[in-house]
Amino acid sequence: MAGHGSMSRLILILRRDLRQALRQGTDSMTVVIFFVIAVALFPFGVGPELDILARIGGGVIWVAALLAAMLSLERLFQADFEDGSLELLSLEPVALETMVLAKVLGHWLTTGVPLVIASPFLAMMMNMHADGYAPLLLALALGTPTLSLIGAVGAALILGARRGGVLLSLLVLPLYIPVLIFGVAAVDAAISSFPTHSYLMILAAILLASLPLCPWAAAAALRHSME
Amino acid sequence: MASFAGDRLTCFRGERLVFQGLGFTVESGCALVLTGPNGSGKSSLLRLMAGLLPAAAGNLTWNGLPIDGVEEPCPRIHYVGHADAVKPMLTVVENVSFWAQLRSGGNSDDEKVNAALRTFDMASLADMPGRFLSAGQKRRVNLARIVATPADLWLLDEPTTALDQDSIRRLETAITTHQSAGGMVIVSTHTDLDLANATGLAVDKFMPTPWPVMAA
Repeated sequence: MAGHGSMSRLILILRRDLRQALRQGTDSMTVVIFFVIAVALFPFGVGPELDILARIGGGVIWVAALLAAMLSLERLFQADFEDGSLELLSLEPVALETMVLAKVLGHWLTTGVPLVIASPFLAMMMNMHADGYAPLLLALALGTPTLSLIGAVGAALILGARRGGVLLSLLVLPLYIPVLIFGVAAVDAAISSFPTHSYLMILAAILLASLPLCPWAAAAALRHSME
Repeated sequence: MASFAGDRLTCFRGERLVFQGLGFTVESGCALVLTGPNGSGKSSLLRLMAGLLPAAAGNLTWNGLPIDGVEEPCPRIHYVGHADAVKPMLTVVENVSFWAQLRSGGNSDDEKVNAALRTFDMASLADMPGRFLSAGQKRRVNLARIVATPADLWLLDEPTTALDQDSIRRLETAITTHQSAGGMVIVSTHTDLDLANATGLAVDKFMPTPWPVMAA
């Protein structure tokens, strides 16, 4: 009964956030365009030698994806905090952890999924070996939800702070490093014809560990910021 | 018969003691009007009652039973604060029905939401996105939210802010309907609201007496 209630409430909050985001429209577009531009800068920076681009392609795409995912995190709770929704949500019969999970899911659907979809085109642009495409997609599909989850903790911690965006990157980027390492390793392994499943399984494990831990930590930070 | 009471409540904001030793009781069908100058702690008291602020000392009771601070947020309360929580991209009716569905767990009751909008004369603006509303209209959306689902206790923090005379009358009617159904209301206000069974509570009386300054 309680489980059913929190599930339907999670969907309610998710639907509200998606509606709000899709009608606003700009957030998702900004993230994807940033992702494309950031990757496109590298051929200009390191020169157009195809071998070098192919060598660094996986890493460049992953780093750009980390930065793009972080770009939109600052607003994750900010709007609800400013207009009083967050306070009212905390008074409703829904656990803050559930609310955080709904917001993270909304963030991933509006920013993470577009990044995953855009990545093969960028891989092509970086002259990545065709064997790397599938692991890149899979690794990003497993890694980007973790980025949203970890980011939610940072976004909850910076609520009410001035210049929160800079603080957020200091808090969150170091925590993104494991995802980056195993995400890039999966792509590199595939290109050198090594098996990739161990790296993908580690990415899945990190996701499974963050799934309960991050909403719990973010909810604790939100409670603190509302006092 | 429900009752809501507080005993020897003390509240700190940061390092500053806002009030101490404050007590009150509200019974079913009654109203409590909080008065006092700006900064006397009316908003802090309402937030404390809602569970948004912890009390430094004292306790709140519901029907004589203590309200535990850690229990899950209680749907017996509707709170209206300074911010109206109106989402700019959602329409008026979407805004109100979101909160109604969240409270009830997904069972949408469109008729109740529409009736709540009519209570505050917002039915004609039902499809207007929140970003086009004036401050008073946003406040009316927020008030429609609390009418749309039942709760025993309404905590209203200066609900008349930005409202026109007609809307203030409508708010009085809504509060009277709520009271006659056995509801309680605690309201802080600087305008005169015409409420039945109302008792006043001057929050500034519980301000701490300043420490005597030692002569150097």
